[in-house]
Amino acid sequence: MDTYGLLREFADSWALVALTLVFIGVAVWAWRPGSAPLHEDAAKSIFRNDTKPAAPSGQKEA
Amino acid sequence: MWDYLKLIVLGVVALFAAIATNYAHDLAYQVNALVVLLAAGITFLWTLRTMGEPKVVNQNEYMDGVVRAGVIATAFWGVVGFLVGVVIAFQLAFPSLNFEWSQGILNFGRLRPLHTSAVIFAFGGNALIMSSFYIVQRTSAVRLWGGNLAWFVFWGWQLMIVLAATSYVLGGTQGKEYAETVWYIDWWIVVVWVAFLAVFMGTLFMRKEPHIYVANWFLLSMILTVAMLHIGNNITIPVSIFSSQSVQLFSGVQDAMVQWWYGHNAVGFFLTAGFLGMMYYFVPKQAERPVFSYKLSIIHFWALIFLYIWAGPHHLHYTALPDWASTLGMVFSVMLWMPSWGGMINGLMTLSGAWDKLRTDPIIRMMVVSVGFYGMSTFEGPMMSIKAVNSLSHYTDWTIGHVHSGALGWNGMITFGALYFLVPRLWNRERLYSLSLVSWHFWLATIGIVLYASAMWVTGIMEGLMWREVDANGFLVNAFADTVAAKFPMYVVRGLGGVMFLLGAIIMCYNLWMTVRAQPARAGAGAAVLAE
Repeated sequence: MDTYGLLREFADSWALVALTLVFIGVAVWAWRPGSAPLHEDAAKSIFRNDTKPAAPSGQKEA
Repeated sequence: MWDYLKLIVLGVVALFAAIATNYAHDLAYQVNALVVLLAAGITFLWTLRTMGEPKVVNQNEYMDGVVRAGVIATAFWGVVGFLVGVVIAFQLAFPSLNFEWSQGILNFGRLRPLHTSAVIFAFGGNALIMSSFYIVQRTSAVRLWGGNLAWFVFWGWQLMIVLAATSYVLGGTQGKEYAETVWYIDWWIVVVWVAFLAVFMGTLFMRKEPHIYVANWFLLSMILTVAMLHIGNNITIPVSIFSSQSVQLFSGVQDAMVQWWYGHNAVGFFLTAGFLGMMYYFVPKQAERPVFSYKLSIIHFWALIFLYIWAGPHHLHYTALPDWASTLGMVFSVMLWMPSWGGMINGLMTLSGAWDKLRTDPIIRMMVVSVGFYGMSTFEGPMMSIKAVNSLSHYTDWTIGHVHSGALGWNGMITFGALYFLVPRLWNRERLYSLSLVSWHFWLATIGIVLYASAMWVTGIMEGLMWREVDANGFLVNAFADTVAAKFPMYVVRGLGGVMFLLGAIIMCYNLWMTVRAQPARAGAGAAVLAE
């Protein structure tokens, strides 16, 4: 088979299945049990460290 | 040591630019070589003058100077880009504005790429770079990585803009839409863009926050994908090192497909993913509440990334492109509607429980209208990608209307919102100079977009129908010139819409200028914060 035909066949079979599975995996991962508090924390992270960088490692900001 | 190396490199560049100016094959190249000579010379002098000065970097401070410069550049190039847009809109309505004395420099064909590149890459690009630098620092809680590399990105990008602009008006182009820049400017873009990627990634690697906030995902995908697209679409062989001409490696339908793979994803990743990064930061910040659903934002991101990259072929319906590729592009474009609306809902619902802010805060109003236009144009786009609709809409002004409802409505308004958000913070001012001027800007811009888009819908569908109208014997009824004559009133309305949008942007510049000049500094900020 020529390169084009080979790539084409691979793309619309295995590659399609693999990409779909990765996408479903991402969705499942986002909805995994226990992710809610992490996501809530991430969503609120924009309200921290607004005016200056976090203190050097070891010290927590008051 | 490092400074000596810089001087040597700059000296060599300046010398080569001088030689190139002498041997240039065409005017565009010659002028560009002069610009490079000038830029290298100025940078050489500046490096020489500042050599040996002690460089103090306070790691306990964000690097905001480069963001401030980006804010100024965004506002400036925005006005320039809108102005050129207004000029070419009236050149289409009144062809006599293509003056005889300026033929070959200021006629529509030369100014059109100047307009598109100025608004997309100069206005949009500066907006993306400066907000990336702002957002990645705040969400990573560290200073920008790479020291002055961020300044290199800023000035390198401005140099690219000046090179591209002078090249276009003097006839330098490779004839690819939204990728008109000739080969050596393409290479320069790669250099600057890789530096941008390094600064962004470096900052993420150093981050103090455990999680990478979703806005950064969108911005990073924008940087990476644009690099890939830009390189893929600009694989050319220059005819001479002293000429702006080059030959594309691909030809025919392959070249067309690569061009629209690039072109549509420039919309998808530069103008959508990047600006979504801005939305996911600035909308929650201005509304003072976290994004509606963080999970939805993750799904939005991955769905957008997985689908967008396949949508390009819908630009080539009914061409030499194989049918399967065109169908694939259509199907993925229609599917893309879902994540787009997921993102729109996520942006709008961030305001749930705070809708009253719409009455009191014109900045949030601007952001909400922006997200609304995002939703509208991401519905219109999939619809236009359907082959049956595209057979009517393609090559008509409907396409131009669609692009502008996205570009003016979505990209423009979210950028204005970000600028209003950033200026008081970056210059440490208590508040904006005038909220009523923001309202004026809001209404001028919104009505301007509505005039623009509706005029283009009417004229687009009209000319589409006129082109396909046949009489009882199967002969075409209208000549092309008939459609041009019929479009005149809509072209004037479109131009007026553009004038209103431009006026709004000028009001914004005045308002931002007065904010910096005349507003009192924020009490207790700056020094006091550092001292705690």
